[in-house]
Amino acid sequence: MKQQMNIVIVGHVDHGKSTVIGRLLADTDSLPKGKLQQIRDLCERTSKPFEYAFLLDALKDEQSQGITIDSARVFFKTEKRHYIIIDAPGHIEFLKNMITGASRAEAALLVIDANEGVQENSRRHGYMLGMLGIRKIAVLVNKMDLVGYSQQVFERIRSEYSEFLSGIGLEAELFIPVSGMAGDNVAGFGEGMPWYDGKTVLQTLDDFEVLPPDESLPFRLPVQDVYKFTRFGDSRRIIAGTITSGRVRVGDKVVFFPSGKRTTVQSLQTFPVPESPADIPGSEISGNPVGITLEEQLYVTRGDMVAIEGEANPKVATRLKVSLFWLARKSLSSSRDVLLRIGTCKVRARLEQINRLIDASNLEALASPEEVKRHDVAECVLQCDQPIAFDLSVDNAETGRFVIIDDYEIAGGGIIQEALEDDQSWLRDKVMTRNIKWEKSAIGRLQRAEHYCQRAALVLVTGHEDSRKKEVAKALEADLFSHGRLTYYLGIGSLLYGVDADLKTPGSDSRVEHRDEHLRRFAEVAHLFLDSGMILVATAIDLSQHDLEMIRTVLQRHPVLVVWSGDQSGMPVSADTEVPAQLNVEDGVAHVKSLLQEQGIIFKG
Amino acid sequence: MTTKRTFPHLKRLENISIHILREAYASFGNLCMLWSIGKDSTVMLWLARKAFYGHVPFPLVHIDTHYKIPEMISYRDRLTKEWGLTMVVGENASALDQKETFPDGNVDRITCCRNLKTQALVHTLDGSWPRYRFNHKTGEYDLDRNNEPYTGVIAGVRADEEGSRSKERYFSARNRAATWDIADQPPEFWSYYKTDFAPGTHVRIHPLLDWTELNIWEYIRQEEIPTVSLYYDQGDGKRYRSLGCQPCTTPIDSTSKTVDDIIDELQSGQLSNIAERSGRAQDKDDGGGLETLRRDGYM
Repeated sequence: MKQQMNIVIVGHVDHGKSTVIGRLLADTDSLPKGKLQQIRDLCERTSKPFEYAFLLDALKDEQSQGITIDSARVFFKTEKRHYIIIDAPGHIEFLKNMITGASRAEAALLVIDANEGVQENSRRHGYMLGMLGIRKIAVLVNKMDLVGYSQQVFERIRSEYSEFLSGIGLEAELFIPVSGMAGDNVAGFGEGMPWYDGKTVLQTLDDFEVLPPDESLPFRLPVQDVYKFTRFGDSRRIIAGTITSGRVRVGDKVVFFPSGKRTTVQSLQTFPVPESPADIPGSEISGNPVGITLEEQLYVTRGDMVAIEGEANPKVATRLKVSLFWLARKSLSSSRDVLLRIGTCKVRARLEQINRLIDASNLEALASPEEVKRHDVAECVLQCDQPIAFDLSVDNAETGRFVIIDDYEIAGGGIIQEALEDDQSWLRDKVMTRNIKWEKSAIGRLQRAEHYCQRAALVLVTGHEDSRKKEVAKALEADLFSHGRLTYYLGIGSLLYGVDADLKTPGSDSRVEHRDEHLRRFAEVAHLFLDSGMILVATAIDLSQHDLEMIRTVLQRHPVLVVWSGDQSGMPVSADTEVPAQLNVEDGVAHVKSLLQEQGIIFKG
Repeated sequence: MTTKRTFPHLKRLENISIHILREAYASFGNLCMLWSIGKDSTVMLWLARKAFYGHVPFPLVHIDTHYKIPEMISYRDRLTKEWGLTMVVGENASALDQKETFPDGNVDRITCCRNLKTQALVHTLDGSWPRYRFNHKTGEYDLDRNNEPYTGVIAGVRADEEGSRSKERYFSARNRAATWDIADQPPEFWSYYKTDFAPGTHVRIHPLLDWTELNIWEYIRQEEIPTVSLYYDQGDGKRYRSLGCQPCTTPIDSTSKTVDDIIDELQSGQLSNIAERSGRAQDKDDGGGLETLRRDGYM
């Protein structure tokens, strides 16, 4: 069985990509019978000179415009392997199509017209190949027949373009002088260039090697979905996704990011199930779609990243330094939210700042970097609403790249250069370490929930001073307790002389001085209650959005319900519900309880 | 039993297809898969069973032109029962009633295709015409109460089939009128696809885009996927290479009686200069490609 390889052919418009492909097809006898003659006849009828490029113009549209608007696939084979040649358009308007085509390729042919020399898109496409991660590049200096097969012209272009490539950290495997029209050095050597002692395009393609995946990379599995097909009578809970790097084995200890929760791989699922258990795979490698079951039923969702304990961890951050290219008509600016997608994780994000804007066609810095316009390349900082797991592009290409979605479309993409700090980085690090080091009980989260007929939750009653917070909270606790619920009341100030005793210094208010640490400890205490399956009802004065976000970071996926009590003017936090001053406490409690029912926190056994 | 031999190039194709199917399932609330009963969409159905560990968690939609070769329909219903599929069938009842078909002699082939396939497909997908769902208890097709438009439609087109299909995306957006703007398609790179869509639009998903005819047969052999017998020579030296409506589909001269024979035949190059869909008369009437039909919503 022959190998298969995808090759993209890129370059400036009219530099002869389609002609080179047409020639490759014709000279390897890969055309349908009569096709060549049919096109020749058509050209004769319409008094157009015959061109090999016409062979590719499968679409009527294209023939009328004479330019490749989209990446077309062409199939041909050599003795060594089957090729899919992706013909990417050279017109700037169709850069997004060029990228679409190029990203599917393992190697690239970049065509430069010997007559016109290095042009805007010769450079832009080279730059894009680099961003896309394509490292196997051969540069074809085409239309050598038009420059009298001059070695000088070829050498000049080679030195100019090599210099450009090395400026962006790339290197072409080789430069080949060709004539698509006359056929020199495409499939055979031809007569034109006796001075050339290198390989033909065809030999070059055959010599490109398909490299196996890098086995040294740590395991990464972006969770695509969690399957539970109970409606088909199937009780398996399968974590599904495609491994982007590394290897996973049954029995491996795995960690989920960004949460840091961990468990053990119980099985690797297969379909159809092999007759003999010996044929069930014990491990799976990079590139393969897998379905794993876990020993413990953690709360896992699409967008989580799975890694193996002891291997290098992915990074988790909300601020990323990236290099990106922009494809949409509407520019990227800091005034508008977009969606950032890394692997399967999608979070709301925005442009924080542009460090440098580059014209990809000449690598010159652009002035007034306020927005990233279509076809620009930029180094910038993105800021996300939630922490996201990823790798740096230099460490792991696949999990180090992202796309930006704007207006339902993929509007840009890029590679991650650095994970930047934000004001909660310290807190997330602590939480992650806590999760990794946590000695687990043998009783799981779901077991407790089923046993107590309740999901653990934090009900945070907040409000201005003297707003009946404690009254409402204690009444809620009493009501839940009288109905058999497992619940506890905790005033945030009660921690000051115990848990927070070391933070107290005489003559100062630790709630002000050590506010963040005070909140962190409160949230950690709450986490203990919630981990035990309780509904914790707590009070805090004038809780701010910042405070709430810190608490949520510590509690992660446990539900937090914010109840605002009393006067609604100047609310510093967005509450889930309110108990206004005019409502009596009893009705307020009933209202909060109905919300707990709605959210499935309390339910009937 | 010895471990079944799998081929790396088929594994690579399978991996991408399964990833795409799972992306589709995770992204579209009202998803369906078109099943033409042919070899390609049956391979796709098999891939779905692999992706979802034995289940197909979305309906399969088949457009019944009432001119399909009868064996195709019995094969469809057999697999529906065996594999526990949610099978939904649509048709153009009015064109059939009014006899606006090519076999009735009232319209040309292209118009017939447009009526019985394109129109039926567009209206079955958007829910404006009745859908019929297979009832696993009675074995009959009942009126389907779900007439919500499908927002994601998985189709088994392959890039090597004919010109216009070579320009498709894995995830291809269609507007309200189900038309396809070839010149302005969204970008698609790395493993990121167009899984976000505006209300009222739908996305066609093409997990088999990179597969060739030979890959399909190699995979059918590797996975032992059941196929309809029309693909094989039954002794008269003819077999169907591509399946469609009886009046517009002709078998090719071939003595391939098994999957192995077909693979040998394809590898020998005997068929390499003949288009796979050469037995499909509507392609020729559309000027050699399916582009006109496909712009309007044909698969």
